[in-house]
Amino acid sequence: MKPPPFHYHDPRTVEDTLHLLSELDDAKVIAGGQSLMPMLNMRLAQPGHLVDINRVDGLAGIGWYEPEQVVRIGAATRQRTIEKDPDLARRYPLLPEAISHIGHFQTRNRGTVGGSLAHLDASAELVAVASAAEATLYAASTRAVRAIPMADFPRGHLTTDLTSDELLVAIDVPLWPDGHGYAFEEFARRHGDFALVAAAVLLELDTTHRSIRRCRVSLVGLGPAPIRLTKAEELLNGGVADDDALRSAAALARNLSAVGDDAAPAEYRLALAETLVRRGLRRALRRATQPTTPEVN
Amino acid sequence: MATTRQIDCTVNGEPVTATVETRLTLADFLRDQLTLTGTHLGCEHGVCGACTVHVDGAAVRGCLMLAVQVDGSAVRTVEGLSDGDALSPLQQAFRENHALQCGFCTPGVLMSMQSFLDEHTNPTANDVTEALSGNLCRCTGYAAVVAATLQTARDGVEHHDQSPTSGGNGS
Repeated sequence: MKPPPFHYHDPRTVEDTLHLLSELDDAKVIAGGQSLMPMLNMRLAQPGHLVDINRVDGLAGIGWYEPEQVVRIGAATRQRTIEKDPDLARRYPLLPEAISHIGHFQTRNRGTVGGSLAHLDASAELVAVASAAEATLYAASTRAVRAIPMADFPRGHLTTDLTSDELLVAIDVPLWPDGHGYAFEEFARRHGDFALVAAAVLLELDTTHRSIRRCRVSLVGLGPAPIRLTKAEELLNGGVADDDALRSAAALARNLSAVGDDAAPAEYRLALAETLVRRGLRRALRRATQPTTPEVN
Repeated sequence: MATTRQIDCTVNGEPVTATVETRLTLADFLRDQLTLTGTHLGCEHGVCGACTVHVDGAAVRGCLMLAVQVDGSAVRTVEGLSDGDALSPLQQAFRENHALQCGFCTPGVLMSMQSFLDEHTNPTANDVTEALSGNLCRCTGYAAVVAATLQTARDGVEHHDQSPTSGGNGS
């Protein structure tokens, strides 16, 4: 249970980091290390080189771009920073709500947004949010900076579209109007455990507050990549915002296919998915109908 | 490939300069090189919380950081809570509430609860329970720990050099 030997690099600039990644064979980037360090300790990962980006300038932070209506989050921004950011609590409360489910406050003090996305655990909360949010991920290399839509980012189990010389540097999250509905629902056997299934919901009402202008529903825990419940979104978009509609939309989760295991068979995960989507839609609708001061941890 | 680095940091306020293997975890550095064996190692993958220490004011898992990563940082361990033989208010409350039995998890629990109290002056039992969820105890149970933490909060939280910040430990 000790890390294997590796060559350690701690560059100070993005440029130096990208040069290292382009020159080194078998290099692994470490950010918060809350997934990679356990894998090193258990020797599930044995990289030849560890490139530590904790001392790289300019990779952490939250930037608001009003003309484009996006919030840009630096890849090395700590999860705890997002969780406690007052502007995000007001303008994009789905993010802090989702992050409060990740591990424990001690791991969120280290864990980063980019690290979680690049690790792409099948049940990761931030993966669900990035999917529902239709986030754009920016991957930099010595060759170029590339924008990757979240829908194209997952490539398989713990596998992303990033190439070995690319560094995830930031994500852009498109903003929703003030007072929009949102909810993050998760089922885990113990608080802080990996989710069996989790659902992220965003919802916007029309001006009459009777119909749903648009909504997004994403699920994790059903397979290696997040799943957008587009059929439910299509059913709800433009329709009357009542509980029957929400129930019908949530029931569509049963038609998805899930990868099960001994602990949670596929059928059980789909039952959880329906329940969590129903709860999420109800809570998001309630919040959109009666916008209140967001709960801050 | 025995790569080593020299690091400079403070541990419980004392300056430390040491040569460490780059693959050495912070917890092993504290235990094996500095003989600060109060920091315990249970699971070594971030689940049990026994190795919880403070780095620049934030509670972290000592098993999930490398020693080289605390170069330039201020580290606080369970040995840094008391003032000599005088227990800290939290430690005294643990004693009064029988909040430990075998004591294996206690250093991590203390460091988590101290960090929590640094940021929350008027917590509810639910808040404490939530904050305690990242530390596993296998004998005493949690009720006495919650009682001790609430008592410490009521009696007035010990104030530290780090004021409660809203941004975690940033980058």
